[in-house]
Amino acid sequence: MTVVVPSAVDFAAVSDLADAGESDAALRRFLHGLPGVDQVGADARAATLATRSIKKQAKLQAIDMAIAMTDLTTLEGMDTPGKVRTLCAKARRPDPADPSVPPVAAVCVYGDLVPAAAEALRGSPVRIAAVATAFPSGRASLRVKLEDTREAVAAGATEIDMVIDRGAFLAGRYGQVFDEIRAVKDACGPAHLKVILETGELATYDNVRRASWLALAAGADFIKTSTGKVAPSATLPVALVMLEAVRDVAELTGQYRGVKVAGGVRTTKDAIRYLVLAHEVAGAEWLRADRFRIGASSLLNDLLMQRAKQATGRYWGPDYVTIE
Amino acid sequence: MTETTTPDLVTPTWDYAPAPEARDIVRLSSSYGLFIDGAFVDTLDGGALKTVNPATEEVLAEVAEAGAKDIDRAVAAARRAFTEVWGPMPGRERAKYLYRIARLIQERAREFAVLESLDNGKPIRESRDVDVPLAAAHFFHHAGWADKLAHAGYGPDPRPLGVAAQVIPWNFPLLMAAWKIAPALATGNTVVLKPAETTPLSALLLAEVVQQAELPPGVVNIVTGAGETGAALVGHPDVDKVAFTGSTEVGKAIQRQIAGTRKKLTLELGGKAANVVFDDAPIDQAVEGIVNGIFFNQGHVCCAGSRLLVQESVETEVLERLKARLATLRLGDPLDKNTDIGAINSAQQLAKITELAASGEQEGAQRWSPESCVLPERGYWFAPTVFTGVAQSHRIAREEIFGPVLSVLSFRTPQEALDKANNTPFGLSAGVWTEKGSRILWMAQRLRAGVVWANTFNRFDPTSPFGGYKESGFGREGGRQGLAAYLDLEVDA
Amino acid sequence: MSERLQVRRTAKLFVGGAFPRSESGRSYEVTAADGGFLANAALASRKDARDAVVAARKAFPGWSGATAYNRGQILYRVAELLEGRAAQFIDEVAAAEGVDLDHATAQVDAAIDRWVWYAGWSDKIAMVAGSANPVAGPYFNFSVPEPTGVVAVLAPQGSSLLGMVSVVAPAIVSGNTAVVVACEARPLPAVSLGEVLATSDVPAGVVNVLTGRTAELAPILAGHMDVNAIDLCGAPAEQVPELERLAAENVKRVVRPPREGEPDWTAEPSPRRMLALTETKTVWHPQGV
Repeated sequence: MTVVVPSAVDFAAVSDLADAGESDAALRRFLHGLPGVDQVGADARAATLATRSIKKQAKLQAIDMAIAMTDLTTLEGMDTPGKVRTLCAKARRPDPADPSVPPVAAVCVYGDLVPAAAEALRGSPVRIAAVATAFPSGRASLRVKLEDTREAVAAGATEIDMVIDRGAFLAGRYGQVFDEIRAVKDACGPAHLKVILETGELATYDNVRRASWLALAAGADFIKTSTGKVAPSATLPVALVMLEAVRDVAELTGQYRGVKVAGGVRTTKDAIRYLVLAHEVAGAEWLRADRFRIGASSLLNDLLMQRAKQATGRYWGPDYVTIE
Repeated sequence: MTETTTPDLVTPTWDYAPAPEARDIVRLSSSYGLFIDGAFVDTLDGGALKTVNPATEEVLAEVAEAGAKDIDRAVAAARRAFTEVWGPMPGRERAKYLYRIARLIQERAREFAVLESLDNGKPIRESRDVDVPLAAAHFFHHAGWADKLAHAGYGPDPRPLGVAAQVIPWNFPLLMAAWKIAPALATGNTVVLKPAETTPLSALLLAEVVQQAELPPGVVNIVTGAGETGAALVGHPDVDKVAFTGSTEVGKAIQRQIAGTRKKLTLELGGKAANVVFDDAPIDQAVEGIVNGIFFNQGHVCCAGSRLLVQESVETEVLERLKARLATLRLGDPLDKNTDIGAINSAQQLAKITELAASGEQEGAQRWSPESCVLPERGYWFAPTVFTGVAQSHRIAREEIFGPVLSVLSFRTPQEALDKANNTPFGLSAGVWTEKGSRILWMAQRLRAGVVWANTFNRFDPTSPFGGYKESGFGREGGRQGLAAYLDLEVDA
Repeated sequence: MSERLQVRRTAKLFVGGAFPRSESGRSYEVTAADGGFLANAALASRKDARDAVVAARKAFPGWSGATAYNRGQILYRVAELLEGRAAQFIDEVAAAEGVDLDHATAQVDAAIDRWVWYAGWSDKIAMVAGSANPVAGPYFNFSVPEPTGVVAVLAPQGSSLLGMVSVVAPAIVSGNTAVVVACEARPLPAVSLGEVLATSDVPAGVVNVLTGRTAELAPILAGHMDVNAIDLCGAPAEQVPELERLAAENVKRVVRPPREGEPDWTAEPSPRRMLALTETKTVWHPQGV
């Protein structure tokens, strides 16, 4: 699998040095040479974009986009095949009464439940994403993490959501983080790879920018904000920084990588704010399921209720949407 | 998966539907009188002016144009109120009136915001999120000073000046009224304020608030009118203090007009601020700062960052990102909540901007505006414009345009940036973008400007003194330092 | 024994640290209060005024860029020199103003003490006039007083030393540089002050002293586009309106003459004269990670 590089000269050089074992220093020079992010300025821009008033037809369009971009997720210790089956049914047909509602983009489950998902989604366009690499902590040997990945792919996962080693990142061992991502990408085979940065643990927007570029250089198809297991998870300013990264990579290489926001996106209002961000920071080219995802569970019901409200003018209640 | 183009893999177009703020919260009268001595009265010897919605050219209302006799009675009312009521009133009582006004502005915030956007042309998002909240905050902050003047560093019993004549511009009509009235009243003065000819309505609504607050009659008087009214007010012999915000040209005329009198004067005039971007700036936020610096309020800001001074090594990158960002700006109906750029305030201002922009092309600079910017047919509009290849000697680098036009110049070293930034008769504000702390402070210390925004731009606060160096005026508004404008601080020994 | 002939003084201008004659070649007679001849003083011209402004502007970056502590030390040393020359000043004041030696001594003492008072202000203005402002957002915001630039000063016409000190020291302590028009009829103490400054550590051009006709020089300075502020203390009353009009051309900061005429310079001074010649600069910076 070719490593896709943002800029022919910079990244090729960085990749080579990564191989030569001088990766940390070389990667640091590159990553720390990226422009800094002023936290207050980024917060202010995200807050201004959050004031966009999306109504009527624009809102209906946004709701359908959001549904089609949802990775319907269950990642609990008490997950069972039964739970996964009902989730998948919802994923393929979110509203039993309304076939015009699009299916979601994917379901997202733990690797050992992929077979159940594959069975339940047979014949449907809904993708199967599996978290892997000792999700959510990432604290296991590389051998274990790769095996985790390979098993999920073999069982039918078409997408892998991996976690980076945040300890290594914060300790400056960028080469190790880079190598692990590349190894997991290799283990993915045909599956696409989302790299979870766990931005809540990275703490600064400068780190989010650096981790984004690192992951993209190492071959990530998507960069993803969070596992959803650590607070804070996705926030608008963090998503803004990540969208800038994929925007810049597209500018340099012509390749469109994706952004997934996960954790804490609960309402239609939240989802629309992320769509506005994607639209105005990166561009309309990211308003599609192969370039933008929202990892969520309860969000879908709120989207459905808002969709119905737009169509009928009434507010709906929880009895009118299904729980899984 | 084997699907080819599923619907969710096609790049869509997402148009935001119109999201207009409801206009009906504003109850416009067809005509307005002058607010003198606590009541709305007809003009004695003046005329009438129409005020227009610059986004549609629709006439909003007729307002009075105060004549000389009107000025006489307004000043007389202010004098009587000063001598008999406001002057003797203890500070803690004055404070409570100002708190009431602050609260009323907050309570009627939406009404003020809509009215301001209708009369001025600025986007509702700005009037709602910036102008109106800051106006309330100014009253709030100054209310607290009224009974603490003994601790403000001006001696144990600083005295007010008396009657203040205040003339304000059209770019932030309500906010400028707040900046004038709040400190004047807090320090014990009474005022006669003339709003700008093209934006009288929010000041007249403020007069209603003043009535609701039961402020004693004559403490605040609002006299609408144009240049003649302003000159008559400034020249009135029974005025103790003149405060003016507006163009440098008119500021100088006022300074000449009051020469030889003992009237105190503070001026807040024009600017041609440099926004300096170094090669290590946080580029995305710097681009936001550039955009905000010159396109916030359609560039109708005295402290606008109208000259981008970018380090040559990052000039191409910054310009590319800037242009990409400008293409996402939404220009249109000021009452639409999604509008970023509103209307130019008047046909006259539009003509000025157009002429100066044309001069930029004539002098050899390269002009660019985003293609996505479509100007509505009716109303006064100007597309955000960037000039590159600008030299210090070009008119567009020297003269204040007061519109959404950015001139881009480059520099190589910090000293060169500093020299170019300071090489202007103006000195109101400046911006600096760099990640290096020591350089921020080095630049901030050496920039000859009254306000330096480092890694940010266009931030205002009632506690933050605002005003210029050199031909951008003298005196400050806001904070402890701003009180000096309204206190008797004659220099004797 | 025959009387010893006095070596007469030529009172020249003090510009850029040197003592040039007026470029016009003119001079005028300075007489004592009793009419006796004291000296010929240079009669400064518009070109001298222009040169003085150039010298003051040149000296501004260095003087305003010095630390406040440094300026304070330099000004304090001037007081040391004044003290050393007190006897000369006492004689000059007595002759110029026609007062007895006790009065003259009181004036000179007051002048030195006032100079000391101002010297001590150098590193305190920022504390008194500056502030950290509690803005309603994640920003650090502070205001500092800064010198306004080149200040023209029309020294008072009555008090030839104490009055001079009272308008010059407050102008320069914050870092301004000054072009001073000395008291017209009684310029010699001002000239001697120039000599003191020349032998002190005050850099060349920080204070420039022009002797001559106030009414002739004032409009030049009031209208000069490279003068940032003007103190009209010693201006002829009927000329004040014209001077204020001229000052408007570049929006000069104008310090008006005191309301009740020349004040009692021995009264407790206030910082206002000093602060009137400063600008407030406010700086914002975001606070974030």
